[in-house]
Amino acid sequence: MKFSENWLRTWVNPDLTSDELGHVLTMAGLEVEDLAPVAPAFNNVVVAEVLSVEKHPDADRLNVCQVNVGEAEPLTIVCGAANVAVGIKVPCARIGAVLPGDFKIKQAKVRGIASFGMLCSAVELGLATESDGLWLLPVDAPVGQTVREYLDLDDKLFTLKLTPNRSDCSGMKGVAREVAALTGSQLQPVAIVAQPVTLAEQLQVVVEDKEACPLYCGRLVRGVNAKAQTPVWMQRRLERSGLRLINVVVDITNYVMMEQGQPMHAFDAEKLTGGITVRPASQDEALTLLGGQAVVLDKDVLVIADDARVLALAGVMGGADSGVDASTQSVFLEAAFFHPDAIAGRARRFGLATDSSFRFERGVDFAATRQALERATQLLLEICGGSVGEISEVRGEMPVRAAISLRVSRVARVLGVALDNEKISGIFNRLQFEFTASGDDFSVLPPSFRFDLSIESDLIEEIARLYGYDNIPASAPQAALTMLPYSESQRPLARIQQTLVARDYQEIVSYAFVEEQVERDLCGNDNPVALQNPIASNLAVMRSSLIVGLVGALRFNLNRKQARVRLFEAGACFAKAENNYVQTQRLSGIAYGACLPEQWGAAAKPVDFYDVKADLESLFAPQVLRFVAASHPALHPGRSAQIYCAGKVVGWIGELHPHWQQQYDMAQACVWFEVELGALMQAQVPHMTEIAKFLPVRRDLAVLVDECVSAQTLLDTMLQINAPYVQEVVLFDVYRGRGVEPSKKSLAFRVSLQDTQKTLTDAEIEPVISLLVDVLNKQGAQLRM
Amino acid sequence: MEQLQQILDQALQQFALISDEAELEQVKAKYLGKEGSLTALLKGLGKLSNDERPAAGARINVVKQAIEAALQQRRDALALAKLEARLAAESLDVTLPGRGISCGGLHPVTRTLERIEHLFHSLGFAVSAGPEIEHDFYNFTALNIPANHPARAMHDTFYIDPEHVLRTHTSPVQVRYMEENQPPLKIISPGRVYRVDSDATHSPMFHQVEGLWVDEHVSFANLKGVVQDFLQRFFEQDDLQVRFRPSFFPFTEPSAEMDMSWRGGWLEIGGCGMVHPNVLKHVNIDSEKYLGFAFGLGVERLAMLRYGVNDLRQFYESDLRFLKQFN
Repeated sequence: MKFSENWLRTWVNPDLTSDELGHVLTMAGLEVEDLAPVAPAFNNVVVAEVLSVEKHPDADRLNVCQVNVGEAEPLTIVCGAANVAVGIKVPCARIGAVLPGDFKIKQAKVRGIASFGMLCSAVELGLATESDGLWLLPVDAPVGQTVREYLDLDDKLFTLKLTPNRSDCSGMKGVAREVAALTGSQLQPVAIVAQPVTLAEQLQVVVEDKEACPLYCGRLVRGVNAKAQTPVWMQRRLERSGLRLINVVVDITNYVMMEQGQPMHAFDAEKLTGGITVRPASQDEALTLLGGQAVVLDKDVLVIADDARVLALAGVMGGADSGVDASTQSVFLEAAFFHPDAIAGRARRFGLATDSSFRFERGVDFAATRQALERATQLLLEICGGSVGEISEVRGEMPVRAAISLRVSRVARVLGVALDNEKISGIFNRLQFEFTASGDDFSVLPPSFRFDLSIESDLIEEIARLYGYDNIPASAPQAALTMLPYSESQRPLARIQQTLVARDYQEIVSYAFVEEQVERDLCGNDNPVALQNPIASNLAVMRSSLIVGLVGALRFNLNRKQARVRLFEAGACFAKAENNYVQTQRLSGIAYGACLPEQWGAAAKPVDFYDVKADLESLFAPQVLRFVAASHPALHPGRSAQIYCAGKVVGWIGELHPHWQQQYDMAQACVWFEVELGALMQAQVPHMTEIAKFLPVRRDLAVLVDECVSAQTLLDTMLQINAPYVQEVVLFDVYRGRGVEPSKKSLAFRVSLQDTQKTLTDAEIEPVISLLVDVLNKQGAQLRM
Repeated sequence: MEQLQQILDQALQQFALISDEAELEQVKAKYLGKEGSLTALLKGLGKLSNDERPAAGARINVVKQAIEAALQQRRDALALAKLEARLAAESLDVTLPGRGISCGGLHPVTRTLERIEHLFHSLGFAVSAGPEIEHDFYNFTALNIPANHPARAMHDTFYIDPEHVLRTHTSPVQVRYMEENQPPLKIISPGRVYRVDSDATHSPMFHQVEGLWVDEHVSFANLKGVVQDFLQRFFEQDDLQVRFRPSFFPFTEPSAEMDMSWRGGWLEIGGCGMVHPNVLKHVNIDSEKYLGFAFGLGVERLAMLRYGVNDLRQFYESDLRFLKQFN
């Protein structure tokens, strides 16, 4: 809602400055989004008439003009504008004037001729950004009057950010009513005079759906001069409300909407066939709107039709066929009350947002419909003339305003401040609410213009608003103190993040929507969760893995000459499921470049699979992970694995596939991992076991085995037989090279043996070691001597 | 007697010249060893009369002790010199940089969220989470925003299908939590939210923290108290001013926008209000017995103000030069 302050002050004129008034509105919930002067500061600029124009004797492009500024003697002014001419009226900055940009007008000699002022363009007055010469004012502009006064430039524009509940303030009447309630100033409404009927004609109006349209008023006005000029005062108010000027009839209906808050429509009566019907659209009925847009309608859209065709989208926009233009001579004026439910969402469905739909879907005062029609008639006759027909009115069940009960005690409980009956009554009086009060109980009848009031809480909000939120104290709640649960079998995410940070990973946050092609490439996802209305084509589907964001972030940093990048992200990933979506919280990381930051004491070794594997193992510890070779669309098939925890797949680790590495222009391979946060957050409350009194015995077993046999196979082999005394088997060395055949590798295991009752003797140990060697042999592993 | 003094003088002189531990022990033998000069004198005591022997013995012993003491002193001195030489040889350039891995860091939004969670935790708020692809019902209807309600237009919603949206706020979490739990309730729900909007101050994805307190005696005054307390603690500014302005949210009433004082003006920091009775009704909480307040804060906005970030989009660019400033 945008309006001129001067217009508002004709309705209500509180003793407040513009800024103070703005503050009052903002603090009452009508947020002033912008408050700006109509024109920048300048002074001493008057309406002037050019009496004569003569060429400057010494300059081709300059003219010497005699200018009447309303004084006995004309002024001599040298002017360089091309459009200067005898008889025009233009703004004239007089000696002493200060124009925008601190431009001071002084008496000056221009090429030898004294000039006593300056004729101005709109740009020089700060009212336009470009112009093609002097600003030509209307011929009837009064010579000598200041331009500020003549154009009403000492005005400010208020822009209110109206919340959806306050449609009552989408007209000057409503804003003024609110200002009167807030400031206690007298409201001076514009006088509406019903015009005498001078035309016997009336259109028949039929309302088929009276629930959607409980009230329809319309009337014919014939003999209208649609070529008349919209009065300057009206033009000014409309323009300052951000409305475009269309033609005089439409301007009048728009003006009534801005003034009364009641959207109106004017049909060209000559273009109508028969009477008016308000009805639901037929399925697939077509209509071309005023803007030229063609729409196809559904049955739940309310339309205005005549006997031949659909004319308008009720409460949204008129049709092109029946609109008013300069040749119009007869007008059918419409003012109706459409129920918010019948209008809500309809405009949006057709990609429209009109001033009319904005008001109707939020609620328009149903008690003022007829009044608005009278107001429009009055203005139409004043400006365009014509003879007026009787109002055709069809009335159904109007919305019922049920009385709302309010308890004074509840007000105190909700707001935390006790307000007495007197205070509450005073507030309701200012808001023009009808009410009765007895003891703790109020019964309040909400006015027809307030669609947002139906329950006690609504009234409590009104009381708080008028009492002033600032006047409600800020106090600490009083409640019973109880401790929060604190589970030890859930590891907090913060600790997990901290572990990765300590291992040199930098956290990122990336968009959850990604490019469909990348999702297909890196995740093999042909059926992603897609957005119906993505903000950009490269942000069209929901990620099924965090890899897309991490690879993107890695590339972003590589392009900025970072040589070592280690990133992680925690967040949701999305997949389709039957009738629903699966949303899994995951943790994912990527490492590129040297294993260690560049330093003097360590050789630069590129990060590899095992470095990142160690990061993962430390993240999960004390839970033990298993890694099973498996292939993934993003990963090097020989350097990728699925991660198992407690027998379940919990994620992936691997080197980015050389194909993607090349495509993404990465000089080195990067290693990526992703695990489910749920698995990672599981923890067990520790339970101590007795520390053995006897020291363990350690034996090393080095075996030669084919390259294709995994270390895990041999470890499992040794552990599965449950050999006595064996506490732990750890791989501590891998060797290839001299002394080992090329197709083989040497793996060295350290076996820890221990008994709880005694120190083990060689006689007890040797059979166990033989047993382990035997099972290793069966896997093709030969003990190295 | 002269002989004794001569031996002592000679020993002391000799010890002082020796700088090698092994040599010192060899020289020691010259005096105190089996063949040593002092040992020889001791052996000679037997030739003296009983009367002379104790005095002569005592004299020899005095010299012997003096030699032993000098010897020990010299040993200590040599050991000390050796240690000092070693220490000198072993000294490091302590200014060389340390070795090993460096340290990463948390995203400024995470850092901010941790701070928010900590502060509310100190008041007994639990943390609750919910899905990001949210059912229309939880994102809107259960929050008193029925289909076609003009408030839906305030939200610029991303749709997945006609029934599912990317949640536009974390408020649906309060509905889900209230369905599962009985009052008194005190939670915050931090998380990612989505709106169709993108410029320097709007991101299609950002973070919100929603707070909810439902109890028998909580009021709008308490809401003001808690929010003001939080903002003052968060910004570590006891004199931070907080302003509450009437506003409209379908799920709270009375509703307010929260502004905080910032560089001489006011800055919008979030929305709040008393939980609307319809919302409580949806989750079968008796709005006569219980009252609640809720507030929503923009996490990025708080982070921007706290850390002086001027473009929201930087949070999501993952530029290490930006991120490392928050480590």
